[in-house]
Amino acid sequence: MDSITVLMTSPMSDYLETQLRDRFNLVKLWTYSSKTDFFKHNSHSIRAVVGNTKIGADAELIDSLPELEIVSSYSVGLDKIDLRKCQEKGIRVTNTPDVLTDDVADVAMGLMLAVTRRVCECDRFVRRGLWPKGNFRLTNKFSGMQVGIVGLDRIGSAIAKRAEAFGCPISYYSRSEKPETNYKYFSNIIDLAVNCQILVVACALTKETHHIINREVIDALGPEGILINIGRGSHIDEPELVSALLEGRLGGAGLDVFENEPEVPEQLFGLENVVLMPHVGSDTVETADAMADLVIKNLEAHFLKKPLLTPVV
Amino acid sequence: MASDQATTPPPPPPPEIQSHDLPKVIVLHPPPVFNYFKDLFSKKFHLLKAWESPLPRHEFLTNHAHSVQAMLCSGTGPPISADILRLLPSLRLVVTTSAGLNHIDLTECRNRGISIANAGEVFSEDVADLAVGLLIDVFRKISASDRYVRHGLWATKGDYPLGSKLGGKRIGIVGLGSIGFQVAKRLEAFGCNISYNSRKRKDFVSYPFYTNVCELAANSDVLIICCGLTEQTRHMINREVLLALGKEGVIVNIGRGAIIHEKELVQCLVQGEIGGAGLDVFENEPDVPKELFELDNVVLAPHMAVFTTESFKDLCDLMIGNLEAFFSKKPLLSLVMNE
Repeated sequence: MDSITVLMTSPMSDYLETQLRDRFNLVKLWTYSSKTDFFKHNSHSIRAVVGNTKIGADAELIDSLPELEIVSSYSVGLDKIDLRKCQEKGIRVTNTPDVLTDDVADVAMGLMLAVTRRVCECDRFVRRGLWPKGNFRLTNKFSGMQVGIVGLDRIGSAIAKRAEAFGCPISYYSRSEKPETNYKYFSNIIDLAVNCQILVVACALTKETHHIINREVIDALGPEGILINIGRGSHIDEPELVSALLEGRLGGAGLDVFENEPEVPEQLFGLENVVLMPHVGSDTVETADAMADLVIKNLEAHFLKKPLLTPVV
Repeated sequence: MASDQATTPPPPPPPEIQSHDLPKVIVLHPPPVFNYFKDLFSKKFHLLKAWESPLPRHEFLTNHAHSVQAMLCSGTGPPISADILRLLPSLRLVVTTSAGLNHIDLTECRNRGISIANAGEVFSEDVADLAVGLLIDVFRKISASDRYVRHGLWATKGDYPLGSKLGGKRIGIVGLGSIGFQVAKRLEAFGCNISYNSRKRKDFVSYPFYTNVCELAANSDVLIICCGLTEQTRHMINREVLLALGKEGVIVNIGRGAIIHEKELVQCLVQGEIGGAGLDVFENEPDVPKELFELDNVVLAPHMAVFTTESFKDLCDLMIGNLEAFFSKKPLLSLVMNE
């Protein structure tokens, strides 16, 4: 298939890049100095786009690639892809569900433990040589804390299963109730926030869930409450979150995602009750390879006219 | 003009707690729980506080503790050695605020018929939570990537290196007591496979049992040290065990520092013979080997696994409960059984 031209939007994975180069005619968007330069050389040959959480396939890109047949995303999130335009033009879209569910759920749990038990703060305490001066202080117990999950799909359910092993009562807010679970359902997010101690954002980013965590929700969660975000930065009204943390209106936060990555509000850097990670929810060697394999398999299936493995559109 | 004088006499001052009527408890060194709850103890017991006396310890004990039947101690402070016990001829009970007993001369206590009560299972969950927290941190580089972000490196240096997946990893638990069992239960939910080494096989679990810790290490991706410190377990985790664990292996210690041969652990970490470590305990606390500060694959905590408000309150209730039971000749709440 090396006559088929595939566009990779950003340097998301060396392994994936090698696989694509071995199988297809690979074009790398980031090697061009300007968009115009890129479009001049390639727009009529590209039949597939491999995008990720940084650069997907927006309307401008789709419109400029008349031969585009498929967008295979190196992510489960689809917020960087203009799905409606793809549907209109008959362009297929695939993503990487399931293979990254466990890793993202593990980071959510890691953030919950790190924030409640102050693991990162302790590590800093020891490295700064403060231990000889006195013991660390008391934190709150994590086991048994009430955990509220926003979005109970694959990742949300995986988080619930792990938190249950710590004796945490689980409640959730979702588009629809899931009666097959034993978890407590709240039909609005404020009630969920009022009734939990740790609120975890695990839903997809859509128009409806943009800034779903706003000042009202943060106030409902309260000065003892902890917010964990492994979804998308834009789920949270970031300036509101920052002022709530600075003013002590929110107890703490564990964040793997931000509104303008890789920028992170610097006012958070001095806070001990936050843990900040650089969007690494699915970043393990094992999962990165599994995601890459899934991207490749979807592309090969498409060009061999076989059923796609994980189609979205 | 007559001066303002009350026509009724002032109320009598509240009766002082006659502390010498309360049962006596000798305390050589304040346990950490005293920082938060000392008054709860002082209300019920006459505490003989050796550390507050200008007398050297042996003189204090000889002069003041001859008739004392109960002692409250902790893992911090002087070891409860045979020498100290011999200065307390009336001692019948040692209550320790720790789960661990390595600071108490158990043989001497057994010979004298002195009962020991410890922290039981009061903070098993908290310790298990920290063990899991440290493990996830090492695997997914939480503290290291948090440092990266706070130093502004995400924007300038780009994406952070990949971590390692927890699911499917083989966890070797060293010591399947109360804490080890809570760790196992939690990690099963992450899709990990549990095996263990313990003094005896445990009938109530179906996890694979290994008779020696080296074999456990050879068949594990992670070792979690959850056992107590005894003569048998001192330096049990040495270079041989660490090499068996391997270059990708991770070790987590929430037991006692001396269970691991610390010099050999540091060497293995610095030379890349093992993949990483999460450590809450060290051989010479609060000293921590400086070489570890250079490493990003190590997460360090200052022996705080039990430091939660809930645990300390529960511990306080349990210690007082044990002492009250003793003094009213009722069964102790958390008597340590001889094994």
